[in-house]
Amino acid sequence: MSEIDLTLLKPAIESYIPLGRSGLLPALHAAQKVYGWLPQEVAAEVAKALHVPLADVHGVIEFYSLFYNEPVARNFIRVCTDPACALKGADGLLSRLCKQYDVEPGGTTRDLSLTIEQSPCLGLCEQAPAVWATDGDQSTVGDGTQEAHRPRSAVYGPIRELTANCGQGTTTLAKYGEYAAYKKALTMTSEEVIAETDKASGLVGRGGAAFPTGIKWGGAAKAQADQKYVVCNADESEPGTFKDRVLLLDDPHRTLEGMCIAAYAIGASKGYLYIRGEYPYIVPVLENALNEARAAGYLGQHFDIEIRVGAGAYICGEETALFESIEGKRGFPRVKPPFPTTSGLFGKPTVINNVETLCNLPLIISKGSVEYRKIGTEVSPGPKLFCVSGDVAKPGLYEVPFGVTLRELLNMAGGVAGEKSLKAVLFGGAAGAFATSAHLDVKLTFEDLRAAGLPLGSGVVMVFDETRDMRDVLNRLGKFFAHESCGKCYPCQMGTQRQMEILERVAKLETLPDDFARLQDVGWTMTEASLCGLGQTAASAVLSAMKLWPELFQVGRFES
Amino acid sequence: MTIIFSMDGKEITAEDGKTLLEVARENGVDIPTICFHEATTANALCRICVVEVEGMRTLQPACIVRAANQMKVQTRSEKVIRARRTILEMLASTMDLSDAPEIQKMMIEYGAKSDRFPGAERRESQVKDDNPMYIRDYSKCLLCWRCVQVCAEDAQYTFAINFSGRGFETQIGTFFDRSIPETSCVLCGQCVAVCPTGALKPKREFLLEQGMSPQEINVLNTGRKKRR
Repeated sequence: MSEIDLTLLKPAIESYIPLGRSGLLPALHAAQKVYGWLPQEVAAEVAKALHVPLADVHGVIEFYSLFYNEPVARNFIRVCTDPACALKGADGLLSRLCKQYDVEPGGTTRDLSLTIEQSPCLGLCEQAPAVWATDGDQSTVGDGTQEAHRPRSAVYGPIRELTANCGQGTTTLAKYGEYAAYKKALTMTSEEVIAETDKASGLVGRGGAAFPTGIKWGGAAKAQADQKYVVCNADESEPGTFKDRVLLLDDPHRTLEGMCIAAYAIGASKGYLYIRGEYPYIVPVLENALNEARAAGYLGQHFDIEIRVGAGAYICGEETALFESIEGKRGFPRVKPPFPTTSGLFGKPTVINNVETLCNLPLIISKGSVEYRKIGTEVSPGPKLFCVSGDVAKPGLYEVPFGVTLRELLNMAGGVAGEKSLKAVLFGGAAGAFATSAHLDVKLTFEDLRAAGLPLGSGVVMVFDETRDMRDVLNRLGKFFAHESCGKCYPCQMGTQRQMEILERVAKLETLPDDFARLQDVGWTMTEASLCGLGQTAASAVLSAMKLWPELFQVGRFES
Repeated sequence: MTIIFSMDGKEITAEDGKTLLEVARENGVDIPTICFHEATTANALCRICVVEVEGMRTLQPACIVRAANQMKVQTRSEKVIRARRTILEMLASTMDLSDAPEIQKMMIEYGAKSDRFPGAERRESQVKDDNPMYIRDYSKCLLCWRCVQVCAEDAQYTFAINFSGRGFETQIGTFFDRSIPETSCVLCGQCVAVCPTGALKPKREFLLEQGMSPQEINVLNTGRKKRR
């Protein structure tokens, strides 16, 4: 390794040194950009510069999938093999690419010119099979046939409130107009702003947990501290979810304005926008939007926002794991309480909201909660984004008022593709549950879905036609969770592994006697005893499939 | 201030601010623990101490949840037993529990079968014998985190060890798997003291188990003469 020139490192990471440990992820990203991977000598220098123990730096590199401590190529092709992409031939595409370049999946060509990997969901599910290629700093995304430096946005639906500016490239500040809702909020007291986001509008989080936004804000507003934070959770990684990608890429100012309103409401002077590492093409768009907002005076005086880029870890979408990641640590979720509103990022009161949640705020404040409530239902007010993928004629992002039925949504998407009939819909993502044609008339609201035993989650509607092998789908979900478990708590750390092993047998039609009971025990234990939301939902889709189609799990080598 | 709550149907009066585990131990109620240690920060990660608390969506770890007025706690309900048994069965399918008599006892108590998961991948690794004081046998490691904690802020501030991998493939590790003498380790022995399973073991104990006699082991210590 004598060719490693450490003098190149200092200028690359210099700006992160004052951040100390919190600068670790940005510094490792920057170092990897210089060297292509993270050799031991480089990691040691980063540790020294940031005053982080060597073992901790290694632990962080090891945790994140997009950091490499072994030589890889500067050029990457990553193919998503999660369910929505698998339906569209991801496996075939991956093996063709591997054959073409004479490399195994996960391997690097002998001349170190190209690394090909299979990847968890890339958030490009409506253009499956999703491919993310990197050529040095430049990313290209597409479906293996059509590729571009930014993904195209397919936005549909009967209303265009949240997506008013989506579908026609990035909306600049000149086009977005002034932050009118933020300006209006500044004429209100912070209590009034919080009241609007609370029961008046009935807004609940759109990231998956559906926690009332106003309660979160009220808690953080009341907390006494010298510093408070607003964090935007843009670590969108739930398989089947791509709504935040479209919102941030096409209309970044809506999210930034939402963050400004949140900051005013709780009294925060600093914000972070944490975006997943698989969306590098959005980062320059956000940086440009931040500069526009600073030039216009919305940011920079009382409140400013820093972008943080993740590095390949689904768990960092869990709010406390996301804080750990910003703090420069492995993305282990924390035990709660204390809750983020009193002790969040750097131990300070923090409001953390999903991108779509934040995008509702300019709407609520400018319209007023009374007008806002005219969209949707009494219990589930407002517009909602659904990420429709899989076997439909027109996959894409659909904006609808809460209350349309699943049938109506599927009809908007042109129905099941190829005149086939519906086998199942995966609702809410990998952490969701399966619905069937029996659920077609369920209204898409929190209350109706809850009654039907379906989670709204992050708005995933992944459609499978009658010809699809659901065992294969389950096998992929099992692999996903085993890959993404952080390893902290025992039920999830071992349960996701055992679940994957049994689902592999199910997929191969090699089920053992009692595998059904094993799978139930593992799934139940993860659900009931795991530390965080990942483990608590890692068996959700599998358990729902066991109820709907027990016969799938019964074929195999049964001893007499 | 005192609070009154119920544990397994019995009314219990306790000091405010104590964890369910503390109160249970004071009242002779047995709640098993694996990762918990008085000297380290409780992380509630093994989940073997989970109990049922009325009104809570999921089972709650007794090591960190504080007893509160009017709380209704079940420490041995069917749900609690099912979770503990499954966790123990998964542990037995994952690691070598031969040096963990306390966990073996729990397995019997909860009717956990060590062969519950046929064909399960185990976490196996070679014994790391790279320093004069202790060996590391991560086939026996159940990832309780105590060693990492005492090496860091919970005691020693040495930061010689952390984690490698993620999920099921997590292992305790040094910077790029360097040998212990190449790390910041000061051989304080705190990690060995808090290891519950013999994954970290004093070198002498390890050699005795390998069949060496004390005399043979002493011959190994040729580097230093006893001061008289």
